[in-house]
Amino acid sequence: MAFDKVDRVNRDEKLPALKLTVVQYGILIMMLVLVGGLWRLQVLGGDNWRVLAAQNRIRKVPVMAARGKLLDREGRLLVDNYPSVSCFLLREQSRTLDADLPLIAKGLNLDLDQLRNTLHRFRLAPGYQPIPIKQDISPDEQAFIEAHRNELPELETVDEERRLYPRDGFAAHLIGYVGEVSEEMLNDPKYAYYEPGDVVGRAGVEQTYDELLRGQDGSMDVVVDSHGREVGRQGIQLATPGKDLKLTVDIDIQRAAELALGSANGAVIAMDPRNGEILALVSHPSYDPNAFAVRIGRSDWNKLITDPNHPLMNKAIQDQLAPGSTFKVIMSVAGLQEGIAENLKVNCSGGGTFYGHFFKCDHHHGLLSIHEAIPESCDTYFYELASRLGIDTIAKYATGLGIGSKTGIDLPNEMAGVMPSTQWKMKNYHEKWYAGEVISVGIGQGAVAVTPLQLVRALSGIASDGHLVRPHVVNSDQLPAEFKQAVLDTYNGSGVKDVSLSSDTWMTVTEGMAAATQPGLYHTAEGAHLEGIDFAGKTGTAQVVGGGDTHNKGGAKTPNAWFVGMAPRRNPEIAVVVLQEHGDWGSGSAKLAAQIITAYVNKKRKQEGNLLLQANKPSAPVEVGAVWSMPTPQERTHGRSRGNASGGDKADGLQVAGMQGGHFLVDTGSPFATPELASASFPSHPKDPPQEPVEKETAAVADLPTRFRRVIY
Amino acid sequence: MRATGSRGFGGFRDFDWTLLGLVLALCTVSVFEIYSATLHTKYSGFHTKQLYWIGGGIVVMFVMSKIDYHRLLDVAYWAYGFCLLSLVAVKLVGSKVLGARRWIKIGPMHFQPSEWVKLVLIVLVAHYFANLGGKRLTWGDVFKAIALVGVPMLLVLSQPDLGTALTYTPILLAGLFLGGIHWKQAAILGTVGLVAVVGVWSSGKILKPYQKARLTSFMNPDNDPKGSGYQIKQSLIAVGSGGIWGQGAEQGTQTQGDFLPIPHADFIFAAFSEEHGFTGAFVVLLLYFVILMRLIQNAQTAADMSGSLLVMGVVAVLTFQIAVNVGMVIGFMPVTGIPLPLMSYGGSSVLFTFLALGVVMNVRMGRFVN
Repeated sequence: MAFDKVDRVNRDEKLPALKLTVVQYGILIMMLVLVGGLWRLQVLGGDNWRVLAAQNRIRKVPVMAARGKLLDREGRLLVDNYPSVSCFLLREQSRTLDADLPLIAKGLNLDLDQLRNTLHRFRLAPGYQPIPIKQDISPDEQAFIEAHRNELPELETVDEERRLYPRDGFAAHLIGYVGEVSEEMLNDPKYAYYEPGDVVGRAGVEQTYDELLRGQDGSMDVVVDSHGREVGRQGIQLATPGKDLKLTVDIDIQRAAELALGSANGAVIAMDPRNGEILALVSHPSYDPNAFAVRIGRSDWNKLITDPNHPLMNKAIQDQLAPGSTFKVIMSVAGLQEGIAENLKVNCSGGGTFYGHFFKCDHHHGLLSIHEAIPESCDTYFYELASRLGIDTIAKYATGLGIGSKTGIDLPNEMAGVMPSTQWKMKNYHEKWYAGEVISVGIGQGAVAVTPLQLVRALSGIASDGHLVRPHVVNSDQLPAEFKQAVLDTYNGSGVKDVSLSSDTWMTVTEGMAAATQPGLYHTAEGAHLEGIDFAGKTGTAQVVGGGDTHNKGGAKTPNAWFVGMAPRRNPEIAVVVLQEHGDWGSGSAKLAAQIITAYVNKKRKQEGNLLLQANKPSAPVEVGAVWSMPTPQERTHGRSRGNASGGDKADGLQVAGMQGGHFLVDTGSPFATPELASASFPSHPKDPPQEPVEKETAAVADLPTRFRRVIY
Repeated sequence: MRATGSRGFGGFRDFDWTLLGLVLALCTVSVFEIYSATLHTKYSGFHTKQLYWIGGGIVVMFVMSKIDYHRLLDVAYWAYGFCLLSLVAVKLVGSKVLGARRWIKIGPMHFQPSEWVKLVLIVLVAHYFANLGGKRLTWGDVFKAIALVGVPMLLVLSQPDLGTALTYTPILLAGLFLGGIHWKQAAILGTVGLVAVVGVWSSGKILKPYQKARLTSFMNPDNDPKGSGYQIKQSLIAVGSGGIWGQGAEQGTQTQGDFLPIPHADFIFAAFSEEHGFTGAFVVLLLYFVILMRLIQNAQTAADMSGSLLVMGVVAVLTFQIAVNVGMVIGFMPVTGIPLPLMSYGGSSVLFTFLALGVVMNVRMGRFVN
């Protein structure tokens, strides 16, 4: 039917005249509407518009909002902005630009062909749109533009602010970087108000908190002459600067962590398990985010992407690796809660046979209970435990502790890891779980995969009596309410949760981890012992697939070295995880963790010993116990002014009539409330010889606050 | 006289010389205005190019007027198939310019299929509804019609080229209206269409956010000072400051001061209104009105339904473009990049208009033939 000739028989059918008339009137009405609009604009409002036209040599120039700075937890500057100038080409001039290009290329140190290419790319854009030709121009180039204002009126400079990141990739993965918004992002409704060319956070904190950091651009009305050159400024709508954000990270701890990991590949996290604040986050190898802030060159970008050590990957939250023996802590919890491990004793003679297969252990540990098995990290013990518990019970406890799901940290692209179970295997491999597979899971090998963040959270959570926190890098108190909620919704994970542990479980496991760093036969972390610090932890030497027993540090088949440490052993206030990829034995990572814990503790002690810091703190009354001597009654009548003992013979005149003691509550206030005490120049009787400096024992009394001294005398 | 094939020379007796005269009047205005608008810009010299396009257009129009429109109708579906193929080809091998694939480069020339598709669709829709004979449309007929126009529309929309895709709608609407849609069906379609538009708008998936912003900025231009709000503001200022008599040829401050964007194409009416005021604008609108009425008269006197439908399809497209472009210039409509027929600079637009006029001429000339 479709390819017929038009049926000529219908030729006599005509279009209904009525309909055509309707169309005619429709068109008439449309025309009248248009004429009406013109009338309104031109006849009624003509003068108004003329005035506007005269004023209209006005160009709206955007005033860029300053991006919020990033500070550490003590308010120290981490990421700042620096002023930068970019150069644009305007095409509204009636000149032919082609002739000017060689001069421009020379003056701005641009490649002439590349410049031509850029112009070519923009040739179909609206004429009033300026073309960016160079960003971050040097003062020389700026001088060139100024000097050639007459010959090259098409060049225009715009002041911008560029991001300045710490050098050498310090905290690069935590901070992230900014870049131009991509085409995919423009399609996302979250980026509805972004236009092509806008700068947006592309990784790390810069990405998560981009909306707060970017502020809002303002605009400025610039009056121009017919050449487009600025002759004045009219209105200005100020930009709302971005909000400065305080991160939870501590620069000192971060520095210690970066130095500790050094040139090894891997990750370090330092976290406060009481509230989830991240004190340090390191991933090596790192990269320089400053390269991204000005547009990164293609070859540099390719180098970063194809580097086999994955510098762009945030290993702290994205590396999903077998945890090795660190998993034994979780196994212990499972075993103790199920009532199996408390009284389980296993004889380790270098391994054991399960399900017809021999599984090796590194040492002959002899007869062990759980209390020795943890610090000595005996594989045989945990093989036995694993075969008794079964994979699903283990999975129950592990997933309860956050293994296999994201933690909900407020950084993009966190990985969830894997916790195998029969259900998991059926769903992903359509096979049933073979009982023998649980044995390797018992020592943290096999299909188990964790991120460093999950591991440190789980183990420190166990040490905190089962209280798991939601790790975060920015404290939500500084965030507006809806934004706070939006972050929680976007970066979802297992969050804050409590796992119930019996107190026996808690004690046994924490004591086991504490023992690991104590000197003792086969104690895996005794080399990381810290004198005077209650430092506990668990090592892990996780074999890689196909690696077997290879032990050459850095080699591709060498095991990954894990250590999770915390201080103090129970309800720790700091937890550290160190992962050295192919770092061989976990004890090596333990030493690095010890360095970081030491740095933390030293800093804390210094702060506590700093009286000036302490002086500013509101203080509670102090309990003081004292013993003093009571002077004889006749000395009292000599009317010492201010109650001070004077020097010289009077001091010698003190006769001890008796000793008294007692205890008091002293409201300390400022320790130096009466400054005159410090100089201790005491009034004396006019007939007295010049005073000797106050003797020690009386000086001690003189240092006491007035109230207290009244009590004595 | 023979009923088919081309008529011999001398068959120009029924040629609508009045129409041609009116059209040429508009073209003259166009050339002068383009000259004025591009005087101090890098586009200067475009008016001569426009002259060439107009010249070519006139030739094409004469040629077209000699081709029996029934021939065109006969090959409608073949042409339609070819158009679909070329639109798909653009998607696959088209040169990407500013994120849009609209052109195919053949040697040194740029070929924009979406313009030709307009003409083919007019012919196709005419053929389709003529075959239905003007009796009351069934829903099946309605949907088939929607599909016929809808498919190329979606292809063009995905280039993305919202403006051109929209110009296909009047063809469909004219066809449905004149082809015999019942008002109940129209009401239902209208409601569904409205719901669909609201749905597409708020789903945020089909239209990018900045496209949406562009479409709504005409209501409040100050909200989008960097983009289309700027264009509309400039346009309003230009038109308004023209007053009753205009500022004089080549003396419009906005046009000459380079404040009006694209003064030779999308905003030519603004440039013209600034320089010739309300009187000039009124005269131009009057010219358009008379031309449209003249075209409708040709539809009324056409020999058969298919002829009428052809002419009305042309009327629909031209009316739509005029309404949208002038509406945009005076702030009633969003900025969509639709050119003003015969006035805006642009080869594709000029050629399309003259081709369409040629077809109309042919319908007119064949009205007394059995």
